Amino acid sequence: MIESIEHIVKEHRFFAGMDAGFVALVSGCAKNMRFDPGQYLFHEGDSADWFFLLRNGSVAIELRDPARGAVTVQTLHEGDLCGLSWLVPPYRWTYDARAIDLVRAIAVDAACLRRKSEADPRLGYEMMKRFMPPLVERLQAARMQMIDIYGAHD
Amino acid sequence: MTDAFSAASIAAPMIPRVARVVKRKREIEDVVTLEIEGGAFDFAPGQFNMLTAFGVGEAAISVSGDPADSARLIHTIRAVGAVSRALTELHVGEPIGLRGPFGRGWPMAEAEGRDVIVVAGGLGLAPLRPALYRLFAEREKYGRILLLFGARSPADILFRDELEAWRGRLDIEVEATVDHARGDWRGNVGVVTTLLSRAQFDAANALAMLCGPEIMMRFVANALLERGVAQERVYLSMERNMKCAIGFCGHCQFGPVFICRDGPVFPYSQLRGLIAKKEI
Repeated sequence: MIESIEHIVKEHRFFAGMDAGFVALVSGCAKNMRFDPGQYLFHEGDSADWFFLLRNGSVAIELRDPARGAVTVQTLHEGDLCGLSWLVPPYRWTYDARAIDLVRAIAVDAACLRRKSEADPRLGYEMMKRFMPPLVERLQAARMQMIDIYGAHD
Repeated sequence: MTDAFSAASIAAPMIPRVARVVKRKREIEDVVTLEIEGGAFDFAPGQFNMLTAFGVGEAAISVSGDPADSARLIHTIRAVGAVSRALTELHVGEPIGLRGPFGRGWPMAEAEGRDVIVVAGGLGLAPLRPALYRLFAEREKYGRILLLFGARSPADILFRDELEAWRGRLDIEVEATVDHARGDWRGNVGVVTTLLSRAQFDAANALAMLCGPEIMMRFVANALLERGVAQERVYLSMERNMKCAIGFCGHCQFGPVFICRDGPVFPYSQLRGLIAKKEI
């Protein structure tokens, strides 16, 4: 049986409990995608045209450093959201996202969702409420990583 | 109590016995495990000893070996200051001073019948290893056992071979994460609290044991409370500047408690009001 996009979006933990009308609006901007191991979902500097709801597989968030090459600063897994830059102008990715293994995801067209959110501020507010927790969680994690909690501090 | 009796009872635990290093293993860059022999060593998981590098000084170090093996004492030490560095530089055959064991360890009896969540950060895995050995040895007494481990990078993962062996067991769940990694690392990257958000356990009947940097323990404890684990069943191993180890000198005083005598393991319910206080 082929699952409808709407059903997948509704069942994804990121949209758990969301009003059916909003699910339909989001699903209208969404499509299924798959990425092979090693394939990039997006690169730093590219236009942030999509965000991804991971259904299977893991994604490495990487920053490229000339001396060290690609440094992974976070991994995302099934049920996670990949991509927050689509929310904030100038809508450009500030990191690379690489599939570690086979990744299946729902890709949501950011421009489409922004348009619908502008037209219906209730949808926009709903999106903000759902995107703020992972945003704050990642900010907190970045702070912890920044202070190097495991380092030897005399 | 006479003055003489009082002085004697204080003096006895203050006199180190002399043992000998029989094995030395470099775990990671600045961390060494010493195996010590010289009598019988009984201890409870989570307890610590005062180790002396003769001519340099004494430091409180948690036992990291198997509590079922009383013939050998194992300590895993990070070279941070002068004493700990001298301890890590001891060679096989050299004498080492030892007082202990001291303190209250992990609540092994209270954990029976419950899901046990063990969260370790960096060197914090060392004081938890005796508890893990006990949990594995008496596996049938516990519900789910989860070990969540965080480190700075893949090169900083302590007891790596053992962690990989534990990962292979079907009766425990082991997840590791690092703060950052190069491209060839296929494991998790992110802070240890991210592992907790994906972990499956019965919060109403879970007990947690936490050891690592204090800031990590604070965030993990709060995340556990949010998941519904009772604060009385979230245990933290605290670290302060321990000197006498018997609650006399006051160096490790933490509000109304002495870490050496009343801890180092405490329920979060006892520390919650203290741990966020900047003055302590």
